Amino acid sequence: MIFGIIGVPKKTRIYNSPLSAKNILKVENIAFERNDSLLFHPVDFSVSSGEALHIEGCNGSGKTTLFQLLTGLLQPSQGNIYFCEQPVDRCRYDYLSDLLYIGHQSGVKAMLSAEENLRWMSPVNTSSKQIALALVAVGLEHYADIPCYKLSAGQYRRVALARLLTTEANLWYLDEPFAALDKQGIEFIEYCMQQHIEQGGTIVFSSHQDLTKVAVRKYNIIGYSEAV
Amino acid sequence: MSNFLSGGFTAYLFRELLLAYRRRGDVVKPLVFFLMVSTLVPLAIAPEPQRLAALAPGMIWIMALLATLLSIESLFSDDFQDGSLQQMLIAPNLLAMPVLGKVTAHWLMIGLPLTLISPLIGIWFSLPAVAVLPMILSLALGTAVLSLIGAVGAALTLPLRQGGVLLALLVMPLYMPVLIFGSATIQSAVDGLAWLSPLAVLAAFLAIAVALCPLAIVAALRLSQNN
Repeated sequence: MIFGIIGVPKKTRIYNSPLSAKNILKVENIAFERNDSLLFHPVDFSVSSGEALHIEGCNGSGKTTLFQLLTGLLQPSQGNIYFCEQPVDRCRYDYLSDLLYIGHQSGVKAMLSAEENLRWMSPVNTSSKQIALALVAVGLEHYADIPCYKLSAGQYRRVALARLLTTEANLWYLDEPFAALDKQGIEFIEYCMQQHIEQGGTIVFSSHQDLTKVAVRKYNIIGYSEAV
Repeated sequence: MSNFLSGGFTAYLFRELLLAYRRRGDVVKPLVFFLMVSTLVPLAIAPEPQRLAALAPGMIWIMALLATLLSIESLFSDDFQDGSLQQMLIAPNLLAMPVLGKVTAHWLMIGLPLTLISPLIGIWFSLPAVAVLPMILSLALGTAVLSLIGAVGAALTLPLRQGGVLLALLVMPLYMPVLIFGSATIQSAVDGLAWLSPLAVLAAFLAIAVALCPLAIVAALRLSQNN
């Protein structure tokens, strides 16, 4: 199944500023307050080009909330986020243009087919061939035309993850990308992540399992409700 | 998206229409409601043409208002549940345009069909022929305002999940002026008065709503993430 992606052209990744290659993303002591108490201990890390950061943490420690803070869906109660050494508020357009976020709810519409969903979620200039190849790569070529509500949970997830092949974004945020996937599916995602890192991309992801192929740095997020 | 400003409007408009086509059974519900009430009113009240004609302007507008209110609740809830809303909110483009595209699609699915079948309702209610054109025009403009205002309410009550009653309470006071000027347009035409002035007020409402509602909707959608 993995071999299907060989046909997908490689994307060139160029960052404008020479400074930025160091710290694509820098998170400075961010915390989030919910119902008057902090959700997790302040988070502080930086990720550079060609690096993957694995966010670990117990259920309810705030991993998904952290991703929502990173994407700007939520505003942090304290701390700052920098993209290429600039506060994200200052370079919002550049930051969001360069960002791919796949969360638990991935935005796949149940009433649309896999092909229509992928077309919607891919950049405008993506060719039909690229979309077809991406669907082959995730093993959905025979399901491309049926509405997604007929797919299994794992296949549903694969529709969203096929975006990894069509995106032009350099900064990937993947919240539990392996949930509901089978062995081959996990292998495939690892392969995509590996390719992305080799091409100088940056990944921040959360998962409860360790990756076998991709070298990652780990960051542990600790919820306030847990005993430390 | 090729253009920063227009980016998203047509894309979201066509996407919404495609989605509506895929679940057309749900989409026609408000229309069926509109038709059912219009058949029941003459049966329940009185089939006399004079009495029905007197009721018609108000009844048609009340039904249009309720049909819009019934359908507006689901405008953002699917997107909220399947994560499309999150993806929309983290898109780099200006958010008002996709939102306006979604509301326009809603009007095309609810307001426009209501407007188009209203002459039929007019006949059932023995509405004088002179009032048909004012009725069509007032419904076309008015239902667009109803969709825009309703969308603000739908976005505000989004995280509540069971926000139906609250939505009605929030939106009703803002619907009142539209209802008053909408039915006044038809009534003026029935009475042989100048109906262009209440219609102009409706058009003014629409201009204000198009300019301001998308901003309010975007702000409410951003808030919905914070729960």
